[in-house]
Amino acid sequence: MFCVTVWFCSQEDGLRQILQEMESLYEQNQSDVNEAKSDGRAELIPSIKLRHCCLLRNQRCVAAYLYDRLLRIRALRWEYGSVLPANVRFHMCAEELQWFSQYKKSLASFMRSLGADGLDITQDMKPPKSLYIEVRCLKDHGEFEIDDGTVILLKKNSQHFLPRWKCEQLIRQGVLEHVMS
Amino acid sequence: MDTQSYFPVQAGVGMEENFLSLDDILLSHERLPVRTECTFPRLGYLEKSSDAHDIAEGSKMELPLWLSKGLYERKRRVLSVELPKVYREGWRTVFNADPNVVDLHKMGPYYYSLGSQMLHFDSPENPDIAGTLLQTFIGRFRRTMDSSQNAYNEDTSALVERLDSLEKGLFRSGQSGLNGFQSWEKGQATQITASSLVLNYRKRKINDLQP
Repeated sequence: MFCVTVWFCSQEDGLRQILQEMESLYEQNQSDVNEAKSDGRAELIPSIKLRHCCLLRNQRCVAAYLYDRLLRIRALRWEYGSVLPANVRFHMCAEELQWFSQYKKSLASFMRSLGADGLDITQDMKPPKSLYIEVRCLKDHGEFEIDDGTVILLKKNSQHFLPRWKCEQLIRQGVLEHVMS
Repeated sequence: MDTQSYFPVQAGVGMEENFLSLDDILLSHERLPVRTECTFPRLGYLEKSSDAHDIAEGSKMELPLWLSKGLYERKRRVLSVELPKVYREGWRTVFNADPNVVDLHKMGPYYYSLGSQMLHFDSPENPDIAGTLLQTFIGRFRRTMDSSQNAYNEDTSALVERLDSLEKGLFRSGQSGLNGFQSWEKGQATQITASSLVLNYRKRKINDLQP
């Protein structure tokens, strides 16, 4: 009867059980309220209140759980990028995916409104010291084209000297590693 | 310093809880000794010790804080909540004598938060409880702050094991500030790092591969 919160990996079964319990509590209360009103049985009221507290508690736990998931999903946009990996999308429900897509759009239109041509505020999260940085490739990522047209082959363990703005997202996604001299 | 993007709802301050705070939800799960002042018909199944159909008036039970708060009414027709040992006079004298000696993690990991929540139950000892909570915190704060600012790159478990959850949070903040400053001094503040999502996923994959 006393609910316990659960964490990130999709917990649809847990949520379903909680909702079923809430339905059952509600029905018991509904019937007790009717009896209290029609037969004047005021002594049922403490039990009705207790079940109501349980309903509120379940509601609170579910709301806090779902809200925490949204906070983590929002953080993913900033930490990882605008395209989420398949293994994460697998654990998100349709509404959360829709929320993420709308959040992305809001963020993008906000960024476009900054300055003359817009400003990508998800870049340079750490203060940049140079235009070009040394990176090492952590896994094979295939061909990578930089602004002047040159194509670089990102093979595991290869090292390159590349423009910072092209690499930032790949570093955050774990494809490249920022090498500090 | 790690760029922080995930901002969980923080615990409430003092007697207020934050509805969506996971910390407050865990806190309100703590059990309190309680005595019923009326009957609760048809809920006898909640009491594992008896087979009664109803919960009788005068039953002693342990109810979680959220339920106790929800049912409690000032006129006391419903519940009377007993103070847990840690907040009673005996322990209060110990705390007042030397707050640094006590293992607050053992005394219920939510000593300060639960103590603040106990003030909702109109005990005549409330002013003393509140006073002790405050003085204990003041007495211990300096040590927690100092140790969090000076323990760099070492095993802090001995420092942290006797702290209550509020103090642990303060310790973590102190450490995070210290680590951030040190990494800035070393010139690491400009290094772009992989997102924590990637790092955690990688750790889990390695664990899966190990026999």
